Amino acid sequence: MKHLRSIDELGHSGLLEILQLTDHMTEINQRPVPKVPALRGRTVASLFFEDSTRTRLSFETAAKRLSADTLTFNVSTSSVNKGESLRDTVATITDMGVDAFVVRHKSVGIPWQIEQWTKASIINAGDGAHQHPTQAIVDCYTIREATHTARFDGMQITIVGDIKHSRVARSNIQAFSMLGAKVTLVAPPTLLPPDVSHWPVEVNHHLDDVIPTSDVLYMLRLQSERMSQGHVPTLREYSEQYGLTQKRVARLRDSAIVMHPGPMNRGVEMQIDPSDVKNSLIHRQVANGVSVRMAVLFDLLGSGANLGGQA
Amino acid sequence: MSATDVRRAIVRIAHEIIERNHGIEGLAIVGLQRGGTWIAEAITKQINEIESSVTVPVGALDVSLHRDDIGIRPVSLGAITDIPFDLTGATVVLVDDVLFTGRTVRAAMEGLNNFGRPRAVQLAVLIDRGHRELPIRPDFVGKNLPTQKDDDVSATSDGVRITAMNASGK
Amino acid sequence: MSKTVVIKGGKIINHDGELRADVRIENEIVVEVGANLKGDVELDASGCIVTSGFVDLHAHLREPGKEEAETIETGSRAGALGGYTALVAMPNTDPPQDSVAVIDFVREQGKRAGLVDVIPSGCITLGRQGETLAPMAELAQAGVNFFTDDGFGVQDASLMRRALEYARGLGVTLAQHCEVAELTKGAVMSECQCCTDLGLPGWPAIAEELMVFRDIELVRITGATMHFLHLSTARSVDLVRAAKRDGLPITAEVTPHHLSLTQELLASYDSVYKVNPPLRSNDDIRALKIGLLDGTIDAIATDHAPHPRRDKEMSLDMAPPGMLGLETALGVVLAFGDLEIKDVVALLSWNPARIAKIDNAHGRPIAVSEPANICIFDPELSWSVDLQRLASKSINSPYVGRTLRGKVRHTIFRGTPTVIDGQAQK
Repeated sequence: MKHLRSIDELGHSGLLEILQLTDHMTEINQRPVPKVPALRGRTVASLFFEDSTRTRLSFETAAKRLSADTLTFNVSTSSVNKGESLRDTVATITDMGVDAFVVRHKSVGIPWQIEQWTKASIINAGDGAHQHPTQAIVDCYTIREATHTARFDGMQITIVGDIKHSRVARSNIQAFSMLGAKVTLVAPPTLLPPDVSHWPVEVNHHLDDVIPTSDVLYMLRLQSERMSQGHVPTLREYSEQYGLTQKRVARLRDSAIVMHPGPMNRGVEMQIDPSDVKNSLIHRQVANGVSVRMAVLFDLLGSGANLGGQA
Repeated sequence: MSATDVRRAIVRIAHEIIERNHGIEGLAIVGLQRGGTWIAEAITKQINEIESSVTVPVGALDVSLHRDDIGIRPVSLGAITDIPFDLTGATVVLVDDVLFTGRTVRAAMEGLNNFGRPRAVQLAVLIDRGHRELPIRPDFVGKNLPTQKDDDVSATSDGVRITAMNASGK
Repeated sequence: MSKTVVIKGGKIINHDGELRADVRIENEIVVEVGANLKGDVELDASGCIVTSGFVDLHAHLREPGKEEAETIETGSRAGALGGYTALVAMPNTDPPQDSVAVIDFVREQGKRAGLVDVIPSGCITLGRQGETLAPMAELAQAGVNFFTDDGFGVQDASLMRRALEYARGLGVTLAQHCEVAELTKGAVMSECQCCTDLGLPGWPAIAEELMVFRDIELVRITGATMHFLHLSTARSVDLVRAAKRDGLPITAEVTPHHLSLTQELLASYDSVYKVNPPLRSNDDIRALKIGLLDGTIDAIATDHAPHPRRDKEMSLDMAPPGMLGLETALGVVLAFGDLEIKDVVALLSWNPARIAKIDNAHGRPIAVSEPANICIFDPELSWSVDLQRLASKSINSPYVGRTLRGKVRHTIFRGTPTVIDGQAQK
């Protein structure tokens, strides 16, 4: 695999391989010295056109634990804002000798557009409302770890909230259904894309309907600007209809899992503290983030096409 | 080598390890993923049968992420490191099936450092097939087998087989 | 005295029929149509169609203001290569074409290039800001009879009503870019399943259709003449069809790209496919073609919109909409339009000439004492776009790698060949 830009590009077997490879990385992260020389001499550049300290740190930690050199290009303060084109930025950093770009951008499609200007591998760390594939792999790994099953056959996963503007939702819908889960989207129609009839999902506008039957409840973050855009009348009303309340937690199955990609809006989609939920995996999501990103970096830069062969 | 030969070699190596270390005090066995792990377990079982005073621990080490030839030798998915004990001060016997260039052992010695600082590291192999590329010498050998560089050597509990890779081309 | 030019061996297509004959031209006028004619310059037209030069109702020539993308000269040359002898220049220049000074400048630059008639259109509102009317009477006196704020639709219904009333008094045509802006904020592509997958804000069909509907009703109460630019949806065609059935003075155009390309192309993340209005579905394409066949849509216009490469290299949401059209229009329409050749030339030539009110000089029959604005094209030649060879200053053509059918061989503007054997003559 040369790039990781969408779950589609990864494919079903690619997803399974990364999940297995992540087990190796999880073990490394549990060692007294969690560092291996696997990517010594490789350079990973983070190109973040949109602030996301969490995702950037997760990638950089992953790269360092594999002994890769890292290079951070903080674009919000750089010359791109002064009219330097994306092409020039990518070409310049390529000339410095990098093996991979980790790209986050507010615009859809950037990880594909920059391919023509660099030979390096491209990892999509989020493009607009389109894709965020490593987050989806993290979420699959976290569910797999919690349920001890590699296949999600028959599992009922409910994604709640602002599907329309969510790259996490788009990647997760693909990944969850690839692994066999049944996915239900819960949101007001204003927070759903205009037409999802071709997606492998059920749609429900009432969270309370699906609470008792969900194995996984995946809460999405609601940006406060959705109010001014007329998607929801008030945060209070949204929170009442679609937030996770103590009352709703009480109606969850005993084994049900609660997840959130972070950062959380306390008092909006999460009216409770995650630690109040018996099976909250929110902290595991963060911890697994580093392991999954190590696996992705190693897959792209380390073993190349040989992944999955015999030693 | 037949299955019986393999079994005898394992028993002999177990005895040699005890003898060389004057007992099993502070001893730990670590097999290399994947070929070395079953041998490490067999040797450990043998040692623990001979010396029942303490139990020698056995672990498994995946060296693929420590290799200097990544891209040539892939990661074997599922063959994960499992060393549930501290190696600091221990005498660690690394166990592998076939000793060839020595690169796997070099990677293993580096990988061990992540788990503490052993007092000493020794090397046991079922087969030494020659063609070393690094200054590495085994402490315990099941059998020395002369091979061609491109031969394929497989070692299981059923026996050891050499397949000449250039045979079909002739 | 200019040299005599003879077009030899072609098939002439006029409004009223076809004939095989040579055509002799002297002093900007067709002087003879007949067999075995001789002249100073003889243009081989065997296997070719000889017809009236094309008229584009919708060309962005970018001068003044964005000469990096196109100039009136390079746009004129692209037009000539595409078989055009007249281009209506869109007014979204910088400064915009809302004053006589800018109108005169554009017309003069067109004359200086001398490759086609450049017909400046005027703005409906001052600065295309949609707030106050442009000095339409002054502009009309300066010869403008086609007004539009293209790039934007006039959002304010009351202002649009006044504009139509005012236009009726002047006897000029208003052309609307139909887009209700509140419904297309941030939109990059058509609202469809593909835009759902990509997570891009959608440009819904209703944003076009609402304004088409509004303006039809405004024409009904004002009686002004109205032209709809680049219609893209099936329902828009239905609305215009019904309006015409009611006898309203309405005309409409579609672009070659809305007849040949679909919205799913945006999934390549290539901003060359970003255009306004956006590419639509196959169902819409089918409806647009039916509209062309039944006369609901009167003209094919390019919406030729050059952009410099660095602008199109921006992200999908930031890149400006628009694609080149002048040099490929005929080849695209013949390859993808499912139309007969005589319909194609009507849609590219005399219909738009009538709408632009330049049918005294363009869209004329190939006949004795008619002005010699002529296009000669090979209707069967297959070809593909070579970006290196485009006359346009920009390269944002979506047709690279697509086989087009039908290519202009010679173009004659005011009796002088501007293109011979596919080569621009100046």
